[in-house]
Amino acid sequence: MKEFKITSNLINSQIIGKSSSIGARSVFEGTVRDINGGHDVIKLEYECYKSLAIKEGNKILDEASEKFGLIDAFCIHRVGTLEIGETAVIVVATSGHRDEAFKGCRYIIDEVKCRVPIWKKEHYQDGETEWLKGAG
Amino acid sequence: MENTLQIQVIYFAKLRDLIGLDGEIFSMEEGNNPSDVLASIKKKHNIDIGTKFKIAVNDEFSQWNIKLNNGDKLVFIPPVTGG
Repeated sequence: MKEFKITSNLINSQIIGKSSSIGARSVFEGTVRDINGGHDVIKLEYECYKSLAIKEGNKILDEASEKFGLIDAFCIHRVGTLEIGETAVIVVATSGHRDEAFKGCRYIIDEVKCRVPIWKKEHYQDGETEWLKGAG
Repeated sequence: MENTLQIQVIYFAKLRDLIGLDGEIFSMEEGNNPSDVLASIKKKHNIDIGTKFKIAVNDEFSQWNIKLNNGDKLVFIPPVTGG
């Protein structure tokens, strides 16, 4: 199974089904932290260019499956307003053995963070807001 | 007389906040490319939004020097910060 999804609903790693035919399942969950660069963050806002995000996300899953021989490659990213501690992104990679599962999971989240058109705006305790700059 | 191209420009994130619009239509000349549209945006809104963008034309990543066609949907993609 390969699927890249964008949702405005709450997500958690329980939403991912388990298969009995695999040996290794690596899960990454990215959550909203309460401090960034010395600022007290009270919430985050994620925005997405959905049609291109889904195309690029699926391309990354295809690449990971090809490179690491994954059985399943899955990623779901949340958009909208997120509170501290909520899950922003989940990646699941499954394979016959742990090495491919770990590497595939890492590849997917790294590529998503630098290629998929999603943007994060932080809201601070002092009322200020800022779109994060990204790596360019 | 040269044909006019109607180009739909969509703004996201920081770019949308800076310009104050979700999108707008620009009338461009035949042979124009995304760099020309960016120059028009800067001129119209009198702001310096930089050049640190990727380009998408009709929901596919594209290039700064691609020749635009009438009715194209153009997005300037600021550095992404998902995850």
